[in-house]
Amino acid sequence: MDFEIPKETSTGKIVEVIFGATPDQGGTRSHSITVGGSSALPFHFFEGEHPHRPVVAMEVFDKIPDKYPEPLLEYYKDVIGKPGEMAKRCVEQYGAESVSVRLEGTHPEKGNRSADEAVEAVKAVLESVQVPLIISGHSHFEKINEVMKKVCEATAGENCLINYVETDNYKTIAAACLAYDHTIVAQTPIDVNLAKQLNILLTEMNYPTERIIMDPLTSTLGYGLEYTYSIMERIRIEGLGGDRMLAFPMLVNPGYESIRVKEARVSEEDYPEWGNQEHRNAYWEIATTMSLLAAGAELLLMYHPKAVETVKKKIKEMYDSRDGD
Amino acid sequence: MALSGLDIFKLLPKTNCGDCGVPTCMAFAMKLAQKKAELSECPHASEEASAVIGAAATPPIRLVKIGVGAQALEIGNETVMFRHEKTFVHQTGIAIQLRTSANEKELLAKVKEIERYKVERVGEELKVDLLFISHDSSNKDGFKNAVKLIKENSTKGIILDCPDREALQSGLELLKDDRPAIFLREEVTDTDIEIAHACGTSLILLADTFEDLNNQIEKTQQADMNDIVLSLNSQEIGQHVQNSTILRRSALKKNYRPFGYPLFTFIEVENEFDLMAMASAYLCKYDSIIVLPTYDRAMLYTLLTLRQNIFTDPQKPIQVEPKIYAIGEPTPQSPVFVTTNFSLTYFIVSGEIENSGVSAHLVVCDCEGQSVLTAWAAGKFVGETIAKFIKDINLEQDVKTRKIVIPGFVSQISGDLEENLPGWEVIVGCQEASDIPAFIKNVNLT
Repeated sequence: MDFEIPKETSTGKIVEVIFGATPDQGGTRSHSITVGGSSALPFHFFEGEHPHRPVVAMEVFDKIPDKYPEPLLEYYKDVIGKPGEMAKRCVEQYGAESVSVRLEGTHPEKGNRSADEAVEAVKAVLESVQVPLIISGHSHFEKINEVMKKVCEATAGENCLINYVETDNYKTIAAACLAYDHTIVAQTPIDVNLAKQLNILLTEMNYPTERIIMDPLTSTLGYGLEYTYSIMERIRIEGLGGDRMLAFPMLVNPGYESIRVKEARVSEEDYPEWGNQEHRNAYWEIATTMSLLAAGAELLLMYHPKAVETVKKKIKEMYDSRDGD
Repeated sequence: MALSGLDIFKLLPKTNCGDCGVPTCMAFAMKLAQKKAELSECPHASEEASAVIGAAATPPIRLVKIGVGAQALEIGNETVMFRHEKTFVHQTGIAIQLRTSANEKELLAKVKEIERYKVERVGEELKVDLLFISHDSSNKDGFKNAVKLIKENSTKGIILDCPDREALQSGLELLKDDRPAIFLREEVTDTDIEIAHACGTSLILLADTFEDLNNQIEKTQQADMNDIVLSLNSQEIGQHVQNSTILRRSALKKNYRPFGYPLFTFIEVENEFDLMAMASAYLCKYDSIIVLPTYDRAMLYTLLTLRQNIFTDPQKPIQVEPKIYAIGEPTPQSPVFVTTNFSLTYFIVSGEIENSGVSAHLVVCDCEGQSVLTAWAAGKFVGETIAKFIKDINLEQDVKTRKIVIPGFVSQISGDLEENLPGWEVIVGCQEASDIPAFIKNVNLT
């Protein structure tokens, strides 16, 4: 047999990004998280290195999200308005490796909570769990700049992952991240060139490359997933091919996006062909996450405990088998 | 692998004799490369040229068909590793396992339910493609009876999973014109190949290693049996995806003929969430048939939606039908929004209007599936075209509102639209769909 395994080696390597600081490093986290470092496409252990496993983070809220699906609420109904308690449940019961505090309630149209209230929510989570934190915002520039500045200052030294900046609004938040030693998420709307451009803008203000994670914008299953999927594949291929301005780890939001769609909210009674709603909630998030994992995602922001358990299990099997366990 | 015009030119006689009907060999080579001519049109072509060009014309992954009629499944013929390079050609066939150990009533109910299952999504009817019949009963006639029942109650293509060769033959006799496939749990034998030849079936080969698979393929190819589908046993998801990648890459990039066949997987796990995760990854990464051990509508709908996404041609944006969409339960007094018929634009805009909790009319113009800015730049989403569409669909009869919201990114068309649409006030909306709920709250739209 003249068959040889066809290997393709990469000239580039994905940047290793660390977030979360331990007491030695000036923070209070029990450990740091490193993502990135890959020198091959996802799952391709046969032709490159994947030194760090993809990370599953779960999200807590400063206000109860609109249209939160009923079956999902069952898991959290006693803690959902309380970020500290919800974070504890996500970490201790559902195995979250990191927690994202989404400050949606500070949006002027969605509660207009103050920057100080946002700091309070973040502090509650810092106290209740020891995993590295992600701080997630929204797109109201003026307000989120004010909020993130305060949050960055209040959490100085913790090396939080500040999620996110965008091309039309990056300077204030990036400067705050620089001043208080945080890592940043650079979000662009499903486009390779825009993603690259924002990374260049950040490095031009001397933002260190090892502190950037990209968010190519998640479209969920059935609502444009294929665009996110292909843009991520293209970004990853360019990054591994040597384009350093595209060689960053990628974050995706399968949880946030999956609960917003009609499929998450309607019952089996109304849509019999769509099947059991509770299962469907988890399946929708699992399918979105697994396909984006295959496209290059390293950091997964998830909601459904069953989806989290499943995806974590699959990542573990994959990497344990690679490590010969 | 595709040859360039220049590659082909090198193989031609270079005499410019014109006997092929084209003045020069170079021009003929270009036509061949574009598949607008056949090599046989050149009476002077060498044997080498025929061999090389002939091989290049053979698809690197063979087309295999299972089943007959409108429900027949075609798989293979794929040409790229990544969907953005061109497109994935044939959608992954989804199969559901049925067991002969089930009692007849149970089996019949399941077959009928699977046969009935269909769900529409973005203009496509999503269905199960195949039935996978596993013989696990001790009843001697169990297999034959099950095949009979399925044939009488289903139009789906059939894969036979039957280790007992005698029972298999008895089942195959009922499927003479139905082009089923046979799943081989053991290494392929001469008898298997004979059966496949005699009954016109394809064979699904299963192996533990690339070498083992390679040997089995050689054996079937030598017996002139080419309708085959490949499957490698794997321990876990990562190994499975790697195996599939290696097989597909060998066929497409290395022109390694033995692996130029579609791939198959039977996911034999019980936990439904694990199953969902594995099926999702395998659908993205190259399996052309996925067999699920259970019939679960929520899982089917999720997987079929993923399939629709992944197998969409990236060169052709999915369009939604241009018309007035009711978001919520609008009355004639409800606000009116206008956008283009690019599916993603429609999904996001309609979703955000829905999130606002306000009912509205969403006018989706025919822009050949382009997004707002692209359609505007191409002159398909401007005052004149929007006004014409609104008149064509008789919007003025259906709604009483005389305010219309346009996307913020095309604020420059507002004057033009007002001119073309007398009696209407044009309101420039927000640029980002995510700001729609806030916009609706703050602006008087009726």
